[in-house]
Amino acid sequence: MRAYGRSTLVLAYPALVLGMFLLVPFGIMAALSVFRRVPAGTFEPAMVPDNYLNLLTPFFLDRIGFTLGLSAAVAVVCVALGFPFTYLLTRLPRRRQVPWLVFLLAVLALSEVIVGFAWSVLLSRTAGLSNLLVWLGLLSQPESWAPGLTAMMLGLCYLAFPYTVLVLYPSLSRLDPSYLEAARTLGASPLRGFFGVIVPVSRPAILATLVMVFVFALGAYVLPQLLGRPQHWTLAVHITDQALSRSNVPAAAAMSITLLLASLALVLVTAALGNRRKEQP
Amino acid sequence: MTNGTVGIGRRSVLAGAAAAGAVITLGAPAIRAQERSLKVGTYGGYFEDSFKKHIYPAFTKATGIKVDSVAEPTGEQWLLQLQQAAMAGQAPADVSMMANVPRIRGATAQLWAPLDEAKVPNAKNVIPTFLARYDGEKLYGVGAVSWFITLVTNTNVFKEAPGSWAALWDPANRDRVGLLALASNSFLVEITAKTHFADQPTVLDSEAGIMKVLGKLAELKPNVKLWYRDEGQFQAQLQSGEIPMGQYYHDVAGLAAKDGHPVRSTFPKEGGVVDSGSWCVSKASKKMEEAQIFIDYMCQPAVQATLSREVGTAPVIPKALTGLSDAEFAAVSSETAPIVPKYGMYLERGDWLAQKWTEMITA
Repeated sequence: MRAYGRSTLVLAYPALVLGMFLLVPFGIMAALSVFRRVPAGTFEPAMVPDNYLNLLTPFFLDRIGFTLGLSAAVAVVCVALGFPFTYLLTRLPRRRQVPWLVFLLAVLALSEVIVGFAWSVLLSRTAGLSNLLVWLGLLSQPESWAPGLTAMMLGLCYLAFPYTVLVLYPSLSRLDPSYLEAARTLGASPLRGFFGVIVPVSRPAILATLVMVFVFALGAYVLPQLLGRPQHWTLAVHITDQALSRSNVPAAAAMSITLLLASLALVLVTAALGNRRKEQP
Repeated sequence: MTNGTVGIGRRSVLAGAAAAGAVITLGAPAIRAQERSLKVGTYGGYFEDSFKKHIYPAFTKATGIKVDSVAEPTGEQWLLQLQQAAMAGQAPADVSMMANVPRIRGATAQLWAPLDEAKVPNAKNVIPTFLARYDGEKLYGVGAVSWFITLVTNTNVFKEAPGSWAALWDPANRDRVGLLALASNSFLVEITAKTHFADQPTVLDSEAGIMKVLGKLAELKPNVKLWYRDEGQFQAQLQSGEIPMGQYYHDVAGLAAKDGHPVRSTFPKEGGVVDSGSWCVSKASKKMEEAQIFIDYMCQPAVQATLSREVGTAPVIPKALTGLSDAEFAAVSSETAPIVPKYGMYLERGDWLAQKWTEMITA
C-alpha cells in the first residue's frame, strides 16, 4: 500500500510535466484552430469550423500526402541502411564500437541549419564535391546538385541516421549470437541467416525505429527550404508561413492538428499491422 | 572558541545582509528616478547592430534616456508577440519598427497607441505618405526608414548590369535566379505588373487581373533556383556566384560590395521596390512620454542623414532637408520612380493571394 502510494507520487511528476508542457500547449492550439480569422487584422476568439473546411483543397491534400510520403521514405531509407550498419557495429569489439557511437552523437549535436548549409555547399557547383570529380577526371565540368529531391533526402537521412542507429543499438546489442550460429549450423548462408533470422527476430525494434524516424522527419522545416525546391516544401514550412508571415495562426493550428491526426492514424495502423503479423503462427 | 567564531561569523553576516538590504531599498528609487529608459525594437542582426552602434548612444547623450535594444524577428511574428503581450498588459518593446502590412494589421486590432503630435514636432518633416493615422486623423505610426528591393547580380558572372526586371524572365538565366519566397515580402506581383502590364495600371485591382499577373510570373519559375525566406540563404550563394542574380535589399547588397564581394545592386528602369518601416508604440507601454521623445528625435534631418550614411537606408524626409550630397543620396535611393507595393491588396485579399501564390510556385 505504501509502496503503491510512493510510486503514484513518483509518477505524478512526469504526469504534471507532460500535462503542463504537452497537453496545455496542445489544448491552446486546438482552441486557436477554431478561432476566426480577421482578414485585415489577425484573429479573434470564436468557435468556427472554417479553418478546417479551408483545408479541403487539392493543394493541401497534395502537401499532406507529400509530407507523409517523404517522412515514410526517409524512415525506410534510414532503417534499410541503419539496421545492417547497427548489426555490424554491435558485432565489433566494445572498444571499436565506442568511436563510432561518439561520432554519431557528435553528428546529433549539429543543428538542422548547420547541416543544411553544409550540404548546400557540398552539393554546389562553385565549391562542391563535383569539383573533386572534375579534378579526378570523372566529370568534364562542375555541376550543381542542389536544390532538389535527392539533395533534400540526403540531408534528411544524414540528420535522421544517428537517431536510427541509437534506437536500434540497444536491442541489436542484446541479440543472442546463438540465433545466427544455429542458422549457420543448419546450413544457412550468412546473408540468409541475417534476413531469415536476425531481421524477423528484430521486427519490434525495426517497427519502433520506423515510427520514430517517421515522426522525426515530419517536423523537417529548414532542410526542405535549403535543399529542396518549392514543390518539396513540407507542411511544416507552410504552417510556419501561415503563422509567422501572415498572422494566420488559426489556419496554422488547423493544419498542425490535421497533420498530427493523420500521422497518429498512420502510426497506429503500422503498429496494429506489426502486432497482427506477430500473432500469426 | 568554536561557538564564538560562529557567533561573530553569523553576526557579521547579518550585518552585511542588513547593509546590503539598505543599499537596495535606498538605492533603487534613486536609480529609477535618475535613469529613464525605453525598450526599442528593430529587426535583429545587422539592422539592430547598426542602430546600437550609430544611433542609440547619441540619443541617450542628447536626451538622457537609455535605450534597451530589442531584436525583433522579421515577418509578422513580432506583431503576434506584441499583441499577445498587450492582452496581458505587457510591452516587450515600447516602440517597435513595423513593416507596413503588420503595422496595418496591428491598427485593425487597435494595438498601437495614438501619438500626441504636439510632442512629436519633427514628424512634420516626414513625407506624408510615411505617416499612418487612425481613420485619417489620429497619428499612430511615424516613418522610421525606407529601403529598396532591387535587382542584384554577381559581377564575376554578369559583366554588364541588367537594366530591367525582365532579365528575371530571360531564358538565358535558367536556374540562376534567387527570389523571395512570399508574395508579401517579395512584391513580385507588383514587379511583374510594372514590367509586363505597364499598359494596364489597374490590373492588380481585380482577382482576374492578379491571376493574369501570376500567370506571367509563373513563366520565370524555370529560372529560379532558390525561393528564399532568410537573407542569409541567398547572400552567400549570390557572393559565390552559385546563384548570380536575384532580388535583394539595396542596403545589404551595398554593404556586401563595400566589403569587397563581387556583388552589385541595380535600380532597373521600371524602378526598385520601395518599402518602409514605421515607429509604432504598443498600447501596453507605460513609457509614452519617452517613446514620443524617441520618435521625435528619429525624425530630425541630421539623424535621418546619419541613418543613410551608416545604415544605408533611404530617408523618410525630403532629400533637401537631409543635407545628403547627391552621391550619398544616390547610394541609398534612386531618382527613378519606385514601384510602390499595393499594401491594401495584402490586407483585402491577402489570404486568397497567398494561397494562389503558393499554389503557383509549388506547382
